[in-house]
Amino acid sequence: MTRSAIELTVTAEDRRVAWLATAAVGLSLVDAAIPSPLPGVKPGLANIVTLVVLLRYGWGTAVWVSVLRVLAGSLLLGYFLAPGFFLSLTGTTLSLLTLGLARHLPARWFGPVSLSILAAFAHIGGQLLLARAWLIPHDGVFLLTPVFAGAALVFGTINGLIAAKLLADTPATDFPR
Amino acid sequence: MRWLALLLPGDWLIIGLAAVLVGLSIPMFWQGGMADRAIVRQEGQIFADIDLKARKQIEVPGPLGSTLIAVEPGRARVVSDPGPRQYCVKQGWLMRPGEIAICAPNRVSLQITGRTRVYDSISY
Repeated sequence: MTRSAIELTVTAEDRRVAWLATAAVGLSLVDAAIPSPLPGVKPGLANIVTLVVLLRYGWGTAVWVSVLRVLAGSLLLGYFLAPGFFLSLTGTTLSLLTLGLARHLPARWFGPVSLSILAAFAHIGGQLLLARAWLIPHDGVFLLTPVFAGAALVFGTINGLIAAKLLADTPATDFPR
Repeated sequence: MRWLALLLPGDWLIIGLAAVLVGLSIPMFWQGGMADRAIVRQEGQIFADIDLKARKQIEVPGPLGSTLIAVEPGRARVVSDPGPRQYCVKQGWLMRPGEIAICAPNRVSLQITGRTRVYDSISY
């Protein structure tokens, strides 16, 4: 094999991010396969990965995994650079920022479920604002707010519980290194 | 229940706050203001514009006969109509802005409006 002109050194951290992002992309695909009554109301299963990564490896890794997931997920599902991509990116950005703040909440009182719900609300809030500003420039968009907020609460709680269970059941060394 | 053990006190607080937020968002976004007036149209022309604070009945003449409309505080309905299928009568009370009952055969419609204009559908 010819030696590549550019030698990429892959660190253990890179491999970990790649593995976790793969898991997140897989869950994004599962997400897309679940029929939804309304565009935008999705379980957001990939956020389970984001939460686990955040709590185990820190915010920086969570950002990497999330952004890679949005990129690779949109490429696989065929909406890269389509409106859905920007909605997804805005929602993810806002929920990552929220998580960046919320993870400083005292861990004794606030577990993954809190983080998950806060992130879900930030996600849907960002998407609604972008949709209002760009895709459907009419206040009628906000008629969907109660539906989205309800979905954020329900799915945020469920995802948070799953993340909490994963974190509780697996010792730190069980995750891909 | 093992799942419940995963919820910390703060989590319950967040769930509660989020539920309150969802509850508050329903009246905030789904009213489009209060139902203010009932607009009755005949052949597309405004026949009557009634304040929904009043309680009254009006008769609207059309090509098939007369359509009877009842207005009560905060709501209005078509009581009777000479049309064959009675869709507008079966719709019952209308109370949210944007709701409309159309008695097409008799060319009469009854619409509820609020402070802000709402649409019965959004097209884009």
